[in-house]
Amino acid sequence: MTGFLNALPGAISQGLIWGIMALGLYITFKVLELSDLTVDGSLCTGGAVCVMMMVNGANVWLAMLVATLAGAATGAVTGFFHTKCKIPAILSGILTQFGLWSVNLAIMDMNPTVRVDAEKFGALVSSNFVNEVKKGRMAFYKHPIFVVALLIIALIAVMYWFFGTEKGASIRATGTNAHMARAQGINTDANKMVGLMLSNGLVALAGALLCQYNGFTEIAMGRGAIVIGLAAIVIGDVLFAKLFRNFALKLAAVAIGAVVYQVVVQFVVSVLDINTNYMKLFTALIIAVFLTIPNFQGKIFKKSRKERSHA
Amino acid sequence: MLKVQNIRKVFNEGTVNEKIALDNLSLELKPGDFVTVIGGNGAGKSTLMNAVSGAYPVDEGKILIDGVDVTHLPEYKRAKYIGRVFQDPMMGTAATMQIEENMALAARRGKFRSLLPGITKKERAYYKEQLATLELGLENRMTAKVGLLSGGQRQALTLLMAVLKKPKLLLLDEHTAALDPKTAAKVLETTQKIVEKNNLTTLMITHNMKDAIAFGNRLIMMNNGHIVVDVSGDEKKNLTVKQLLDMFSAASGSDEADDKLLLS
Repeated sequence: MTGFLNALPGAISQGLIWGIMALGLYITFKVLELSDLTVDGSLCTGGAVCVMMMVNGANVWLAMLVATLAGAATGAVTGFFHTKCKIPAILSGILTQFGLWSVNLAIMDMNPTVRVDAEKFGALVSSNFVNEVKKGRMAFYKHPIFVVALLIIALIAVMYWFFGTEKGASIRATGTNAHMARAQGINTDANKMVGLMLSNGLVALAGALLCQYNGFTEIAMGRGAIVIGLAAIVIGDVLFAKLFRNFALKLAAVAIGAVVYQVVVQFVVSVLDINTNYMKLFTALIIAVFLTIPNFQGKIFKKSRKERSHA
Repeated sequence: MLKVQNIRKVFNEGTVNEKIALDNLSLELKPGDFVTVIGGNGAGKSTLMNAVSGAYPVDEGKILIDGVDVTHLPEYKRAKYIGRVFQDPMMGTAATMQIEENMALAARRGKFRSLLPGITKKERAYYKEQLATLELGLENRMTAKVGLLSGGQRQALTLLMAVLKKPKLLLLDEHTAALDPKTAAKVLETTQKIVEKNNLTTLMITHNMKDAIAFGNRLIMMNNGHIVVDVSGDEKKNLTVKQLLDMFSAASGSDEADDKLLLS
C-alpha cells in the first residue's frame, strides 16, 4: 500500500498528461462524432518532434509548439483522406496512423528510442521532478501535477471559448447533424478538417509532454493510446454525467477521467501486484465495464434513462 | 426567382434498377410565387427539391436562383439563397444544441463564420421576439436543448430558422407529413403566416390534396419525372379534389389514381 501511495503523485502526473490527449480525442469522438484512429500515430509524432528538437538545442516551448503543429498536420492528412478522397473516417485514420510509423521513425533519425535528459535540455515536466520536489530540492510549482494541471485549465478555457464562437458552434452542429449544418450553409467537410487538426494537435502536445516526463521517446509509444483516451472519456462521462452539464465541466471530467484511469492502473500494478503484461486486457475490460454501466443503470431506473436520451 | 431548365436525374444508370427521377424537367417561379407540388410516390418531387437544394448534382440542365447559376455550387454554398424544412423533424435542427444556438446558426446562413461569439445578447432578445410569434411558449425555453422538443415544435422552429435570414427561395419537403393532423394544421398555418409576412418564393411538397389546393397561388402535379399538371390563379382556387384526381388519371394515363393520393 505504501508503494501505491508513493507512486500516486507520478500516476496523477501521467494521468493529467493523458488528460490532454483525451481532450483532443473528445473533439473528434464526442463533438464531431468521428472515429479517428490517427492518434496512435500522432501521439508519437508529437513526442518525436519535441524530443528531436530539444536534443538539438531548441527551447522546450518552441519544441512543444512545433510538435503540436506537426500533430495538426497528421490530422490534416486524415481529413484529406476522409473529406476529399471520401474514405470512411475510421479507415482514413488507420491509414495515416500506419504510414506515420515510417515518418516517426524518420523523424527520430531511424532510432526506435531517443533519450532526452530533463535537466540538461530544460524539460517542462519530468518524473525526476516529482522526487526533487518531494525532497525539497525544487520549488513546488515545478511539480508536474502543478504544471500540467495549469496547462489543462488553460486548454479547457481556450476550448470552451472556441466552441462558443461562430466557427466553433458550426463545428458542433456538423457533429450533431450534418444535414442541418449544410442546410444552414456550413461547410461540413472543412469543419471536419479543422476538428481533426485541433484534435491531433492536442494529442501530439500530450505526446511531447509524455516524452519529456519519461525522459525518452519510443516508436511504439502510441500503440493503444486511443484506448487510454477513450477510457478517460468514458470514465469521466460515467462519473460526472449527472453532475456536469456545462461544456467546460464536461471537458474537466475528461481530464479527471484520465487521472482516475492512471490511478486505477497504478493500484492494480502496485497493490494487486498483477503482471504488467495483463494491463491491456485489464484496460479493455475496464472500458467495457464503464461502457456497460449506463445501459445497466437504464434497465433498473427506466425513467432516468429516458431523461438521459433526451438530454 | 427560381429557374429550372431541362434538368435530368437518373439513379442507377445502366442497371436493371435504372430510374429516371427527373426527365427533362423545366419550371420557373416568379418572385412571391407559392407553389404546391403533388404527385405519387416516385414521381420525382423530392428529387426535384434535392436537385434545387444541391443535396445531389443533376446529370443535365441548369438551375438558376435569382439569376445566379447554382447548378455546380455545393449544397452548403447554395444554402445562402435557400431556406429548407425537411419531412423528418429530426433533420432540420441540431438536437444536442440549445434553441437559441440553433437560431444563431441559422442567422449566420451564407455568412463567413468567424471567431466572434456564436451568439450575442442583442440576438437573444431578437430570437425571443421571433419565437414568441410561433405561440408555442418556446421563447421561455431559449436554452433548452432542441432534442427535448416535440416534432411539431421542431418543425415550427426549423421553419422560423429557415426564414430568420430571408431566403430567396423556401423549400418545404412534406414538412407536415410526420406530424399528427392537429399539429400539421398548426404548422401549416404558421407556414402561411410566415410566407405571407416575408413575401417568400416558396415550393411546398405535400401529400394532402386539400392542402395543395388551399395553400399557395399555383399547383403543379408530377408524374414519372415530368410536370403533368400546372394550374394557377382562379383556376387553382376553384379546383376540387375530385377534379384533381381526374386530372391525375388523365395525365398519368391510368384509370386508378395513386393510392397515396386517394388516401388524402
